[in-house]
Parts: sequence; structure tokens; C-alpha cells
Amino acid sequence: MQASFKELQYIVGNEETIAKMQDIRPLRPFDDKVVDFLNSLSGILMKNRDYPDVATFGFWCRKAALLKEKQKYDDIRDRLGKGIVFHSTPSNVPVNFAFSFASGLLAGNANIVRLPGKPFEQVDIISNAVAGLLSDEYKEMEPYICFVKFPPSKEITDFFSALCSVRVIWGGDMTVAELRKSDIPARTTEITFADRHSAAVIDADAYLEAERKDLVVQNFYNDTYYSDQNACTAPRIIFWRGKKKEEAKADFWNRVHELVANKYTLAPVQAVGKLNALYNVAAQKEVRLAESEDMLITRICVDRLDKDLMDYKYNSGFYFEKDIEDLKEIANICDKRCQTITYYGVAEEEFRAFLEEVRPIGIDRIVPMGKSMDFTLIWDGYDLIRQMSRRVTII
Amino acid sequence: MTFEEILEKPPYSLCKEEKEKLLTSRLTELTKLHREKCPEYRRILDAIGFDATDVRTYTQLPFLPVSMFKEHDLRSVPKEEVVKTMTSSGTTGQAVSKIYLDKATSTNQQKAMVKIVSEFTGSGRMPMIVIDCPGVIKNRAMFSARGAGILGFSIFGAKKIYALNDEMQLDVEALKEFLEKYKGQRILLFGFTFMIWQHFYKELLRLREDGIRFDLSNGILIHGGGWKKLTSEAVGRDEFHKRLEDVCGLKQIHDYYGMVEQTGCIYMECECGHLHASVFSDVIIRRGLDFSVAGIGETGIVQVVSTIPESYPGHSLLTEDEGVILGEDDCPCGRKGKYFKINGRLKNAEIRGCSDTYASKF
Repeated sequence: MQASFKELQYIVGNEETIAKMQDIRPLRPFDDKVVDFLNSLSGILMKNRDYPDVATFGFWCRKAALLKEKQKYDDIRDRLGKGIVFHSTPSNVPVNFAFSFASGLLAGNANIVRLPGKPFEQVDIISNAVAGLLSDEYKEMEPYICFVKFPPSKEITDFFSALCSVRVIWGGDMTVAELRKSDIPARTTEITFADRHSAAVIDADAYLEAERKDLVVQNFYNDTYYSDQNACTAPRIIFWRGKKKEEAKADFWNRVHELVANKYTLAPVQAVGKLNALYNVAAQKEVRLAESEDMLITRICVDRLDKDLMDYKYNSGFYFEKDIEDLKEIANICDKRCQTITYYGVAEEEFRAFLEEVRPIGIDRIVPMGKSMDFTLIWDGYDLIRQMSRRVTII
Repeated sequence: MTFEEILEKPPYSLCKEEKEKLLTSRLTELTKLHREKCPEYRRILDAIGFDATDVRTYTQLPFLPVSMFKEHDLRSVPKEEVVKTMTSSGTTGQAVSKIYLDKATSTNQQKAMVKIVSEFTGSGRMPMIVIDCPGVIKNRAMFSARGAGILGFSIFGAKKIYALNDEMQLDVEALKEFLEKYKGQRILLFGFTFMIWQHFYKELLRLREDGIRFDLSNGILIHGGGWKKLTSEAVGRDEFHKRLEDVCGLKQIHDYYGMVEQTGCIYMECECGHLHASVFSDVIIRRGLDFSVAGIGETGIVQVVSTIPESYPGHSLLTEDEGVILGEDDCPCGRKGKYFKINGRLKNAEIRGCSDTYASKF
């Protein structure tokens, strides 16, 4: 098959790479070559001072970190990659593609990565680093890596979909639906990242006792405003428990406000969007807006957790808020779309007991506040290494 | 205060203090009315803890984003009393606003519009040329802002023709005949800014090369719909005026600003090129950060208030437009009230996040 289309742009690799990929032999998960390659990439990217997200990715793929991950797998000896992974990465997050790519490579596959459509310098930095390594000491890795850009095109999506053994689709329900218009071979599997929502649980008393409240608040900021509260990991509803809830809320939101006022730019169109979202939910449900001097933080207090409450979620600092006495009370928002619970001042055992008793159909991650965006090889409930490799049995 | 009482006032006759008093009284009443009659509106006001007794001036009244009319059916009268449902334009495939009118509100829209426009055209009806195709008002699916505008302005037309056919081509013969018949009379022309430029001006320019020239020096052109599509051709207001005069002698040209959500209360452009608020309505510019009222000369989000809407809670709306108040009560044209400029739509923000924008572009 010919891999040349007018609108298809090769950023790393070329048509020939695609041809070679179809004959490559898969690797073992965490193959030494791959770990070395990513470690060299890490070396280059960690030097980057301009983009924290680039440095974060660099830090994540250090050899030491990867080897630590490797130890979590007891079946690597029996595993091999599946072949070609086609990654369709989100258009509006700069570095997500790199994590997706690294996961596919670590699982033992060749990777065709569709890069974000928007121009991001981070994408160029990482792509150039990868290309540099491939042209020099990692020539043998060439057939495993191809980065492409193309505008929405069913023809090109059809082509890559027909080649791949695993298709990874980031970008939410609409994108998944669009890409699914392109067929995949019978044995090809998919990893789809659908629209999700997330929540936070804060123990008011623990917060009030915290010595570094500024850090708690900074962590909250990183989980929310840093991604315009539009990442699927960003909490849309905040649960408060404990005795001194009102006192904690007042202190917490004051500090958040101070930080947001300093660091965040709210465009007029976002403010109008937030007002509209607020009135949308208020028109249908009994809710109460917490008073605020401006539009930076929109807090909507609810007394009841209707099952459809999360349909009213919005971004740019738009929070539902509810007091709870018991963790069990959050169950109603833990439907299939619920992804991450971030917490402050709640013990691991409490969540274990909650999961044991409530057994929610949603919730894939429970992480400390500030860690919601930290990428791990188990993401959105998928064990990426195992989903992108196969297990060979010998009896 | 009833709308009839407001209607008795000449549209540009009240100074700041008088108008503020009038608007505060009428709009506070409308806020109470809709709170009582429209359950969604009531819940919204309850949610934000709005208390009408705190209101000293109309800028303190709540405002609904215009998108609310896309997502909800907002009515303050029983279904049976709705005589007309207006729908707004929107990009293809998007939800449209639904505005429910009862007899009183619909009539008052017309009355306000007559009062406002007559200030510019003089009273009495004129032969009218609609610079659009007749299909716009025949086809219900297309019956949106364009259709509503044409129907609204048609009350000023004694005898009316459409200058374009349904293929959007200029009907040269019909136009010739019409101008011949009403020679020497004042003629009203109405259309949407971009249509006028694309299908009327450009065609007249081409015809002139063939030696065919129309004389519209007796005409008065009213146009609306915004300049967005013309900015790509780098045509601004002055250029638009100059070229039209050049090609057909049209001198009296008025832009207007208005929306389906507040039909009737249009904002006409005066001889000095300023959009004017009449006594029936007002424009407030708000800051994006906290929705506080911006000062004269300060760019912000456009809020519009209208004293008309009784059948739907649309008397105070936050638009998605950006504008600036140029002054109040002191326009050289002599009209009282605020005068302002619309800059266009609010700029879209590049929102981060993992829910993607690829899909919408497929």
C-alpha cells in the first residue's frame, strides 16, 4: 500500500518507514533497546527549561523510572508487542502524544503517531529530539517510529486504521465516533479515551490543620485551572467532609482566588460561557451560587446529587460543591464516565472500604490532590502495556 | 409603567437621568413579571439570590446569556397564547434560539420599530427594494434573522420588490421597471450588509462597465447583519458608503444593530456613523472579569435591555458581542441616549483540555 497522500505530512519517518513497519518484528515490553532510547530522549528533554510539560515527560521516561515500572510486571517474559499501534492524539494538548507514543513503544510495538493539529513548540521539540536520536545512535529503532500530521481526513484515517493492530484514540466521545467510521482489521483492538468527569474530596479538618495550605491550593490549581479545568482528570465537583467545613471552604477558596487572580487569564468569552453554564443548571435544578466578587471561581452548591448533574459540567473554574458526612455519598456521580477522584486528607483504607462496599461502575483512579495529570502506564482503567501487547502461552 | 406609556415618548428624547428612571422602573417590573411567570427564570434568580428590593438602577438587574434561548424553552405566557415563534440564525447544525411571542409583545415590537425607523426615514411608507431573494421568507427553514429582518422592515414599504432572484442574481429588468415607475420618489432599500456588497454592489459595478447605470440618489438604504464577512475583503463602513455612492448615487445609508432575541428594539446608525439606543432599550458594556459596568470608551461585552418582552424573559440579555460606548446624550446628530460601536463577536479562547476539536472539523 502506498502511504502518500496530499494532506499527509511526515514529521518523523517517511513512507518507507510505514512500509518497513509492516514487516517488523515486535519487541518484548520494556526491551533494553527501547528503555535506552527513551532514556536518551529523557536526557535531551530534561534539559528543556522553557516548557515544564516537556521536562515532565523527560523526567517520566528516565531509565530508572522505567525500570521501576518494569518491575511491576511479572509476565514480561511471555509477552510481545502486537505490531503497529496507530495513535490519534488530542489536538489541543501539546505533550499527551509523547506519553501515548512511549507507552506503545514500551509495550513492544511500532508506532504511527498522529500529532496535534495545532502548532505547539513542545511538539517540535520532542519530534526533533526523536528524529535526532533515530538518525544517529538509534538507527535500528527507525522502523518503529513514525510521527505524522494530517487534517481531518477519512481517507488517511482509513489507511492507518487498516494497518494497525491497536488503535489508540484520545480526544473524547466525538473523536472516537469519528474515527470509528474508519474500519479496523478483525483482530485489531482499540483503546479509546472517552469523555470523562472527575471529582475531588477534601477533608475540611485535615485542610485546616495543613501547615502548607499554599501547597494544597497550588496542587488544586494544577489539577484544574492549569488545563482550563477541561482535562478529563480535572475535578468538576468538590466534596467537603469533616467538622469545620465552612471555615475550611472560606480559607481554601480565598487562597484559590488569590492564586487564580495572579496566574490565570479568563477571557470574556469564557466568563460568558460560565454564566451560561451556571444558568443552564439553575434553570433546571435547585442550586445555589456561592457569592463571589468576580467570575474567576464559579461555585454551585448542591444539596442533592442527581445522576445527570455532571451533564452540566463546565470549564475555566466552574465547580459544583457538596457537603458530605460519609464517603459513600459520592456514589451517585461515580457512573461510567467518572474517571479520577483527587483527594486531600482521606486515607487509602477509606477509599478501599468505599470501593468494597459501593462497587461503583465508574472511577478508574484515586490520586492525591495535585497528581491528577501525572501520567501512569495504567490510565483511564487501561493497563496500557498489557493492552498493547499479547501473551504467548507455552504448555 | 406600561409599554404604551413609553411608546408615547419620542425615541431619542430622554436624557440620561430621565431614561435611567424609566428603564429602572419598567425593567424591574419585567424582571418581577418573568420571575412570577417563567419557572426556569425564577429558579435562576433564586439560585443567584437575586433580591429586587436592592435594585437602585437597571444595571443591577440580572441578565441572561442569549444562548439560554437555544438550550431552554423560556416562556412567560401559556403555550396557547404564543402567536409567533422566532428563531435565530446560528451556524448550520447548531441549535437555534426560540423566542416565543404573544400578541402584545409581537405588536409592541412592531410599534417600537416604526417609531425608531421613522426618525430616520420620516413617517409614511415608501416604495421598497429588498436586496435579497424572495425565497428567504418563503422557506420556513431559512426563516431566521434574515427573514425576520425583511418582514420587520416591510411595514415601511408601500410597494415592495426583491432585487435578487432565488439564485441570488440581480433581477436587472425588474429593478429597472421599478425605478422607472417610482421615479422622483424616495425609495427605501433594505438588506444584509454582506448580501448588499456581494450580490448588489458588485453586480452594479459590473453592469456599469456594460454601460448600465442605476440612479438611487433618492434612496435610503438600511442594512444590518454585521461586518464580519466584509472584513475579509477589507471593506469598512467608509469604504462601503463611498463605493455605493459611487456606483449608484446612494447617499443616505444606515447600518443597524439588532437581534432576534430583542426584535423591535433596533439600534440605528446616525449620520455621524454611531449606533444609537432609543428610549425603548439600552446597551450596557460589561467587563469580562466580573461583569461590572464598563465606562465610556472602554471595550467590553455587550448587554442589551429592552422594555418590550413580556411573553419571554428576554428583557435583559448578555450577548456574545464586543462593543464600546462612545458617549451619551452628546452625539453631534442631536439624538439623546447612548451611542456606541460594535466590534464584532467576542474572540474565541483557545481552551486546553483533552476533549478534542478534531471531531467538529471532520
